[in-house]
Amino acid sequence: MAESDNIVVETAEKIFADLADPQTINNDKKDSWQAPLWQALSEAGLPLAWVPDDLGGSGASLADGFALLNAAGRFAVAVPLAETMLAGWLLAQAKIASPEGEMTVLPASPKDRITLDADGALSGRARGVPFAKAAKHFAVLAQGKDGAVVALVDAGKARIESGLNVGYDHSDTVTLDKIQPVTVKPAPKGFEQTHLMLMGGVARSLQIAGALESMLDISVRYSNERVAFEKKISKFQAVQHNLARLAGESAAALAAATSAADAIANAKAFDDEVYLEAASAKIRCAEAAEKGGSIAHQVHGAIGFTMEHILHRYSLRALAWRDDFGSESHWAVELGKLVAKRGADELWPLVASR
Amino acid sequence: MTAALRFDPIRLPEKCEQLRKEVRAFLAEEIAAGTFDPHKPNREDTDAPEFSRRVGAKGWLGMTWPKKYGGQERSFLERYVVTEEMRVANAPTRRFFVADRQSGPVLLKYAPEHIKMDILPRICRGEICFAIGMSEPNSGSDLFAAKTRATKTDGGYLINGTKIWTSSAHIADYMIAIFRTSQPTKENRRHGLTQFLVKMKQPGIKVNPIGQITGQYEFNEVVFTDFFVPDDHVLGEVDGAWKQATSELAYERSGPERFLETYYVLTELVRAVGPNPDTRSAEGIGRLVAQLHTMRRMSVSVAGMLQAGKEPVVEASIVKDIGTVWEQQLPHRVRDLAAFVEETATNRETLERQLDFAIKTAPKLTIQGGTTEVLRGIIARGLGLR
Repeated sequence: MAESDNIVVETAEKIFADLADPQTINNDKKDSWQAPLWQALSEAGLPLAWVPDDLGGSGASLADGFALLNAAGRFAVAVPLAETMLAGWLLAQAKIASPEGEMTVLPASPKDRITLDADGALSGRARGVPFAKAAKHFAVLAQGKDGAVVALVDAGKARIESGLNVGYDHSDTVTLDKIQPVTVKPAPKGFEQTHLMLMGGVARSLQIAGALESMLDISVRYSNERVAFEKKISKFQAVQHNLARLAGESAAALAAATSAADAIANAKAFDDEVYLEAASAKIRCAEAAEKGGSIAHQVHGAIGFTMEHILHRYSLRALAWRDDFGSESHWAVELGKLVAKRGADELWPLVASR
Repeated sequence: MTAALRFDPIRLPEKCEQLRKEVRAFLAEEIAAGTFDPHKPNREDTDAPEFSRRVGAKGWLGMTWPKKYGGQERSFLERYVVTEEMRVANAPTRRFFVADRQSGPVLLKYAPEHIKMDILPRICRGEICFAIGMSEPNSGSDLFAAKTRATKTDGGYLINGTKIWTSSAHIADYMIAIFRTSQPTKENRRHGLTQFLVKMKQPGIKVNPIGQITGQYEFNEVVFTDFFVPDDHVLGEVDGAWKQATSELAYERSGPERFLETYYVLTELVRAVGPNPDTRSAEGIGRLVAQLHTMRRMSVSVAGMLQAGKEPVVEASIVKDIGTVWEQQLPHRVRDLAAFVEETATNRETLERQLDFAIKTAPKLTIQGGTTEVLRGIIARGLGLR
């Protein structure tokens, strides 16, 4: 998953460099960059990367899509690219064609449930739904009396209480009150909400890893520019060791995220090994977002604490992404329970399974 | 291009899984026969020469080396599997571990042919034990301050001086050591050290055990007095050891032993909490497993880089930095959670005994084989900061 390995990532990086340059965006107080960026991404077929051709998408592989999300993280992209990709993926699980335009997916938290009643209407509340306010449609995973279903919902029919996450991106509460979906179909046999959460968690892990890569880059660059006590701060051993730790956190996040992405891309089912990979990625990347981000800020000093500087675009988003699709605490409890249930002597075989 | 390091998700090939089954079966037999107790921490002063020979007979020592030297020409990924299974089982690997990981590869690269033909097959058979002579009383992390002298004499060198913290020197048959053959130059303070193969258990070498805070006697002071080393025991370039030392560090620093040293306490904690842990225990275990899994994936990835012929020195330093800090903290985190284990847990005593030992072991983990500070210096250099 190196940057230039595939055409999907190459295309995306070119668009991000042209239309989502963090410094340009940061200076733009009116958000006028959003429409052209979204248009370019849509024209390149990227938001529906995970949707097969016959369902209206561009049919990229899971692996290419994950690499694209990692690249989006490197630019701290603040349009619903990941969300639309996940929504398209969820719809495709039930063979529902994706419409054009921004989408998001709900529920976005393992604690929330949407239900399908006998009249075919959807009800329930989903908190912390990323970019719900910007979405034209929602891909919804709901529980019907005969099992899980996937539904496409017109966003205009839902009640949306708008909110912002710590990264200043929309994170909204969506209430469905007996909403008739545009389409509803059964989810594939055995598909559970946990699978959606793990998939979303891996997407967020790759974005966090990408943000950390950029935080490392700009921190190294800054330390080679900034002079204090008559030398570049990169020459102070204390600063060097902090940056070495940041490099470690960045590497760990990227390793965990790409390993989980590889596991999902090649998995036949969401088994215990995929669970270990995906849950671990979310846990470890969230930890790295905290540890690594704090070092990036420490290196930058006061300038990194300003709205003018681009660092917060990465550091705060990485922190915010921890909360989506189950926090690291949630996944740690679940993974701990899984390990305990399998028993002490089955822990190592699980860890050494790949 | 970004400064970030990529650890590609290597997956172990099918033949590794077959090998893993063989290793597990072998270790199960050894445990059943009473060779070692898997619930007992791997006491490094436990010497198990017969076990070493049986591992050699399996073809699991020097397994990546050429067949003509007794090796199996298998991959680094296969070696990785053997190493991690041995470590997790708490098998007594002390006698062969250093030779297999480090000394053999150095000989393979720098020793003359007749020495290779003599020594490497014996390593592969598990017959001989190696020590590494780097540190001195006034030269630890600062390797290039070494003072033990090798003075040229007829047909070889006379060694005078002292090595210290030398693991296994009391049982070792050979040591690979660096000695001073010239003074450092103004331009290069690393100049003047030469790598030697030293045959132990001879007059002129005195090994004095040093007690460790774990209660073990595992490292030593080694005093050389007019000890003769023949010319053909010089390894590589005279005065140029510094060129040879660094590229091999990737082998030494990225293996499973760099995060599994205290792993046994995690297994035992999982046993103690049982199938239905409370929320705090579940959360604690989940985090530790996620961290462990991530490090292992990074470490396997480095094995893949080695297999591909790369020299991932910075990547290996990151694995050792994160891995050793983790295995050092692990007994303390497990202790935090052990406070909530029911009095009735059947393995409570085993867990407590293990924790006592692991807590005493922990301080050395970020010192041996390259301190955290040295590793972070290497990583910083990789980032272009030095």
